[in-house]
Amino acid sequence: MTFEEIRKKLSGKKVGIAGAGGLGSNCAVALARVGTGSLVIADFDVVSESNLNRQYYFKDQVGTPKVTALAENIRRIDPSVKVAGHNLRLTKENIPLIFGDCDVIVEAFDLADQKELLIETVLTVFPDKPLVIGLGMAGWGNNDTIHCRRVDNLYICGDEVSEIRPDLPPIAPRVGMVANMQANVVVELLLK
Amino acid sequence: MKITLNNNPETLDSDKLTVSELLKVKNYTFKMLIIKINGKLIMKGDYDSALIGNGDDVQVLHLISGG
Repeated sequence: MTFEEIRKKLSGKKVGIAGAGGLGSNCAVALARVGTGSLVIADFDVVSESNLNRQYYFKDQVGTPKVTALAENIRRIDPSVKVAGHNLRLTKENIPLIFGDCDVIVEAFDLADQKELLIETVLTVFPDKPLVIGLGMAGWGNNDTIHCRRVDNLYICGDEVSEIRPDLPPIAPRVGMVANMQANVVVELLLK
Repeated sequence: MKITLNNNPETLDSDKLTVSELLKVKNYTFKMLIIKINGKLIMKGDYDSALIGNGDDVQVLHLISGG
């Protein structure tokens, strides 16, 4: 497939991204660069100084809601990508409404309890919709422990063991690897 | 009984186990889990009642923070 053919196919697709932190912001940018038609992004947070070590934001965006800042960054990359930003906390009730018409959903939260809520809800309400999750990417090095595996319609990207700790923070290289691995799975699914 | 646990064959002493009992036997102490039996999601509230029997395919995903 040429890049023009890839763009054409992706231009009709809609991808949901739950969380606009390290995984979500980098995954969204990768999907925007290849011409994904529409991105639905949900996050309740604002950009903070401590996010800049891994998240796709700029210093002058500190204090801005993440969905607003990310929509602006994607617009600067490619204004033809439609971004629907939802500045809210995702719940069991609103997840089906927000992501119902997406072709694929990306789980891009940071906290395990939020991951659990999103995965449980999507697997219950949309058992046939592909869900791509990020699991385990704290620290640095260990390229070869990061992998991707599939359980039914659930695609798991990460090393599945490295949990964040004060002495094992999530930082740009490994978070970006997993975020781009998630985007890579999404593209593979959408180009099928 | 023989089950498949996270894609690996596993032999257990009991003929039937609830999800909670399996987690105890396997020493899985994580609080945040996604569990599927033969492809069906088991909700957290059903861990004490959902049964695992011979031949079942069980997936236990440990959810860890970071992103």
